[in-house]
Amino acid sequence: MTKIIEGLVKGNVRSLAKAITVVENDRPGKKELLKAVFPQTGNAYLIGITGPPGAGKSTLTDKLITLLRQQGKTVGVIAVDPSSPFSGGAILGDRIRMQQHALDEGVFIRSMATRSHLGGLAKATVDVIHLLDAAGKDVIIVETVGVGQDEVDIVKIAHTTVVVMVPGLGDAIQIAKAGVMEIADIFAVNKADREGADKLVNELRSMLDMATGDWKPDIFQTVAKNDQGIADLLAGIYQHREFVQNAGLDKEKFKSNVQRELCTYLMDGIVELAQACAGYESLVQAIYQKEMTPLEGAEKLFQEMGINNEWLMVGGDNAEKG
Amino acid sequence: MAKRIKVLVAKPGLDGHDRGARVVARALRDAGMEVIYTGIRQTPEQIVATAIQEDVDAVGLSCLSGAHNNLFPKVVALLKEKGAEDILVFGGGIIPDGDIAGLKKAGIKEIFRPGSSTDETIKFLTDHVNQ
Repeated sequence: MTKIIEGLVKGNVRSLAKAITVVENDRPGKKELLKAVFPQTGNAYLIGITGPPGAGKSTLTDKLITLLRQQGKTVGVIAVDPSSPFSGGAILGDRIRMQQHALDEGVFIRSMATRSHLGGLAKATVDVIHLLDAAGKDVIIVETVGVGQDEVDIVKIAHTTVVVMVPGLGDAIQIAKAGVMEIADIFAVNKADREGADKLVNELRSMLDMATGDWKPDIFQTVAKNDQGIADLLAGIYQHREFVQNAGLDKEKFKSNVQRELCTYLMDGIVELAQACAGYESLVQAIYQKEMTPLEGAEKLFQEMGINNEWLMVGGDNAEKG
Repeated sequence: MAKRIKVLVAKPGLDGHDRGARVVARALRDAGMEVIYTGIRQTPEQIVATAIQEDVDAVGLSCLSGAHNNLFPKVVALLKEKGAEDILVFGGGIIPDGDIAGLKKAGIKEIFRPGSSTDETIKFLTDHVNQ
């Protein structure tokens, strides 16, 4: 593990790749590794690319990498694709569009499977961001799985979230719906040479006219495969970065990110602890027999673990009392 | 849970026939493996760089153009050069009988030819990666 950490900080590709495997698979040494790199994190700029399957996220990412490299920036990419809910396996195909960068030492691309994690990202995404960050990547692009309406975790993590849209996926009501449409700092209307692109832009514009907040998302038309509109899109991302940094949102985001990580570990730990309680199995059985509700069961386990359960009653009597 | 096997399926060289590679990728997926597919016309250098970044357990090479005797050993040699000789290399495609011994000698662990079933490939990977 010491060898991996040393190599990682020195920018050794194999060490970085091995380190990612350790955090992704919860291998021994994960704690030590994250502890070693944590002080060096928080420097990279995080761009999220999300949108429906086939919208052109990977192709756009590929073109953004090219531009960022021309500007002398090193780039890390995390490309997430779904795992099969049946076999647990996955086909990770985002890299196909990015192979022109395979030999560029300033670019590190890693494919990740969701492994049933919901929200559009893999569970270990944040840890992998930490590693790429510590390895000195200036910009980290996180490409989500192809999303529908509600996979919005990327917005919690990325400094700038780009939602990639394409013409022909639905009418104005789809655009007015909550969820993915709300998380964009920037819209890229890709495949803009296709019929319906202008209409989509107009619909997005009229939706954004009603948006409140200090940042009004920009809309960029792109044809990623022909390199059209990419420079403007990147300029738009930089503009948003300036807004984020001036408002101190990057620091706020880092704070809420680490807090969320803390909570994830707490939740995992508490669940494990509860499942280790002696009465756990019979309690599950009792709930199954409808002798008690799951909420009551949780309360009982908290008591058994010696945790004051007053705050537990989320949605229950105590919450009502405020 | 056993370790999740991660495999890079790659097509070195200039032929564009990727049906076989995609069938293998799909079969490995259905066997619970994580498969990275990088598309057609990859150089050995690209394949090796990808294998290292993705930290895969194995690389499967598919070649139907007849250039396997050059391309497959090159991938093995480059992996070794980068200190990644622990990554298992196997191959498939139109490979004549007479070439198999040479390829194996060059470090390609197994060759799957037309007519072999995807179950054989799955078993090969499960046996060798989890050992």
